[in-house]
Amino acid sequence: MTEVLLSIEGINKRFGGLHALSGVGLTINKGEIYGLIGPNGAGKTTLFNVLTGLYQPDEGKFTFQGKDLFRKKPNVVVESGIARTFQNIRLFANMTTLENVMVGQHVRTKTGVLGAVLRHPKAKAEEEAIRLKSEGLLAYVGIADRAEELARNLSYGDQRRLEIARALATNPTLLALDEPAAGMNPKETDDLKKLMEKIRADGVTILLIEHDVKLMMGLCDRIAVLDYGKKIAEGVPEQVKNDPRVIEAYLGVAPE
Amino acid sequence: MDIFLQQLINGLVVGSIYALIALGYTMVYGIMQLINFAHGEIVMIGAMVTITCINLLVGAGVQLPGPALLLVGLMMAIPVSMFLGYSIEKIAYQPLRKAPRLAPLITAIGVSIVLQQAAMLIWGRNYRPFPQILPSEVHIIGGAAITDLQIAIIALALLLMGGLFFMIEKTKLGRAMRATSQNPEVAKLMGVNVNTIVSMTFVIGSALGAMAGVMVAANYDQAHAYMGFMIGLKAFTAAVLGGIGNIGGAVLGGILLGVIESLGSGYLGDLTGGVLGSHYKDIFAFVVLIIVLVFRPSGLLGERVAERA
Amino acid sequence: MNALLMENNRKNTILLAVLAVVLAVLPWALGGFFENGNSWLRAVDFALLYIMLALGLNIVVGYAGLLDLGYIAFYAVGAYLFAILNSPHLQAVLPAWLSHPPFLVMMILAAVVAGIFGVLLGSPTLKLRGDYLAIVTLGFGEIVRIFMNNLDRPVNITNGPQGINNIDPVQIGGYDFGRPIEFLGLTFEKIHLYYYLILAFCVLIIFVSVRLQNSRIGRAWVAIREDEIAANAMGINTRNVKLLAFAMGASFGGVSGALFASFQGFVSPESFVLMESIMVLCMVVLGGMGNIPGVILGAIIVSITPELLRDIINPLQMAIAGKRVVDPENLRMLIFGLAMIVIMLVRPAGLWPSKRRRAELKPKTKDIALQEKDSLQDAERNHD
Repeated sequence: MTEVLLSIEGINKRFGGLHALSGVGLTINKGEIYGLIGPNGAGKTTLFNVLTGLYQPDEGKFTFQGKDLFRKKPNVVVESGIARTFQNIRLFANMTTLENVMVGQHVRTKTGVLGAVLRHPKAKAEEEAIRLKSEGLLAYVGIADRAEELARNLSYGDQRRLEIARALATNPTLLALDEPAAGMNPKETDDLKKLMEKIRADGVTILLIEHDVKLMMGLCDRIAVLDYGKKIAEGVPEQVKNDPRVIEAYLGVAPE
Repeated sequence: MDIFLQQLINGLVVGSIYALIALGYTMVYGIMQLINFAHGEIVMIGAMVTITCINLLVGAGVQLPGPALLLVGLMMAIPVSMFLGYSIEKIAYQPLRKAPRLAPLITAIGVSIVLQQAAMLIWGRNYRPFPQILPSEVHIIGGAAITDLQIAIIALALLLMGGLFFMIEKTKLGRAMRATSQNPEVAKLMGVNVNTIVSMTFVIGSALGAMAGVMVAANYDQAHAYMGFMIGLKAFTAAVLGGIGNIGGAVLGGILLGVIESLGSGYLGDLTGGVLGSHYKDIFAFVVLIIVLVFRPSGLLGERVAERA
Repeated sequence: MNALLMENNRKNTILLAVLAVVLAVLPWALGGFFENGNSWLRAVDFALLYIMLALGLNIVVGYAGLLDLGYIAFYAVGAYLFAILNSPHLQAVLPAWLSHPPFLVMMILAAVVAGIFGVLLGSPTLKLRGDYLAIVTLGFGEIVRIFMNNLDRPVNITNGPQGINNIDPVQIGGYDFGRPIEFLGLTFEKIHLYYYLILAFCVLIIFVSVRLQNSRIGRAWVAIREDEIAANAMGINTRNVKLLAFAMGASFGGVSGALFASFQGFVSPESFVLMESIMVLCMVVLGGMGNIPGVILGAIIVSITPELLRDIINPLQMAIAGKRVVDPENLRMLIFGLAMIVIMLVRPAGLWPSKRRRAELKPKTKDIALQEKDSLQDAERNHD
């Protein structure tokens, strides 16, 4: 029995006169890896930003676990259980690796100014828990040895991992990854694939944008294809791969 | 007397001076994202040097018509200001181009303090009157008075702005400046010598500042070592109001600010039934600025920087 | 590792103990060393007030990365609040329960009211970035000052440019800080009493700063400074957290201002000019933004240097030239300005930057290397 986690309907997003998204609808089921592909400029990142609250759509419906997230701020979206990474890595460059992950838990913790100043037992315990969980997450993505390093000094691959750890620190139900394999070599891509499968196995649903179609076909349970701001196909990889409209969008000609 | 027209004229005069100074701020900001806090002091030095020159000439018994004396004074003041602007950039800003963003702001404040104090050491603590060498004929237009000097200020300011626009839009130097402000790295790759462009920006801005300084001194009949601070602040406000980094914005912001301030101080008392008098004039500039920025966070003509993920 | 930490801790404890003793005897030492010991002590008292201000601004600028050029307004709010509640000026109209509140209540009030001002002034600026924020905060600072200068009519609240006089010294536990107190055979004059009082609050504020820095809130501030969009996307309510930074920073300013008003005995708008905001910013940046010891050092240097120069320059000038050649007041500010430039050129991240900031400067070497390569290529091109 599949359980719908996220659903959008009729999402429109315009930038001035440009229709970046028109009438896009899709549903993501609990526990799957859902892929989003499309040629350059198809609106993938725009949709991604709508789903994570960074862009406010003009019209449409957006529900997540039964909660209305239409035109909600990113921090509200995160609180509801959607976490993200960025295509062009946006870490807190001058904080340590560990601190980056600790920031990720901000939304799940409570200590305020008073707690910070008085450092009462409850605040102390919470701070300790934050640290422990952060260390755990660094180990989970395989960069525990870099905890005290500044994020800016990490290698490219490790920065990608750190972004995932930071996103996981928000306790997401849905993890949204924006081209996590961009710029990676085959070995790193393979490691990343394993990491994503591990995350899914641990009960987190994944939304994935990726250029690497081969990777997507091998990894995703279902895929949606965007072209010119519209969804032109959705389904299991086999089905999508053979869809004439998808082939046309990618190759520019209709198959014979 | 028509108060409205009179205040409008006064506002246009002050506004065109603000605009000239604002251009200096905005050009530097456009190219290196730096608030050149010392620009107001350049304006002050321009005024001081001009006054000193004229006094020296008059003291030496040189018989020249007033405008000619003023021209000679300006010819001395402009190179001094240009040289100062050039040196400030070389000494206080260029070494810090890759430093944390606030470092050059602090050196700019340091330069500003140094210039102010040096001016006090040279010219003393008192107000320096502007020599009475200019014809002070008053024309009456539609119930408002305007002097030859005010007409000259507006005309010269317009001329200078026009010249600057031409330079930026039509000349090779202007193109290089625009390219640098868009993207210094790429401009460098295209063979633009960024250091030269930055220097030129400072030099041109300082020349405009020196002339504006003389206008301020002539308009208020006096100059003072501290005058650069407030006028610089107003001009910077004008540049932000228009959209900092935008040349047209600086002109628009300057003139608007001058007019709003002038009309505001003329009517504030009446509008509030005497509760707020014209001594709240300086608030006006800031209140307008805050209101504009709340609705247009990048100023009137500033580019809207869309958030990109 | 653990042993090392313990070692460090022991060292720190000893250092702290030594510092405590030095600070405790400082007023007496100054009196012993200098003829004008009390004027030095006064300078020290002001330096302590400035440390509080600098630490408050450090939260806004250093942690949260919001450039505030009107910070002195909160100092003014605290000072005027204290002045109005503790002087004869408005006694006639103030409700009795508001007049001369108990000292601790007064200080909390100053912190809270200044904090509210912080939120009020901060909220319209939330969408602004960088230098736009700077000029708007500057505008707010000026607006507050101009109101203080002019709110003597139609209703006289601030007494205009004359300011408010005859502010009563604080009373703590029945002791009037305006009168000398005999204790342990020592006579504590007003200036001594205020030294210890201000020092106590200074220590409190340093403590709060340190605690905040290493907390969930402190991390959220730094995250916003580093990348506001990413911080928001990690679930931080950037609006509230920024407002909290404004409020915290402002409340430090309010406390400092209240102490200032009480110590000085009068307040006037002149003490809250834009240049003061700029000086506090200089303390933060010159010392080392975001690093508490650095900011403290910055505050001490920027506030004491002009005083030191005052005592050095004129005698020096007399010794060298035999007469007064230039105005010592101008010369000392000139040297001060030069010192600011030189320090910034030599140490662009401040005198005592945080580890983070130091690391931030690292890529500079790489950039310089790149630049050198560029200029090398330029040279080659010119050769052809």
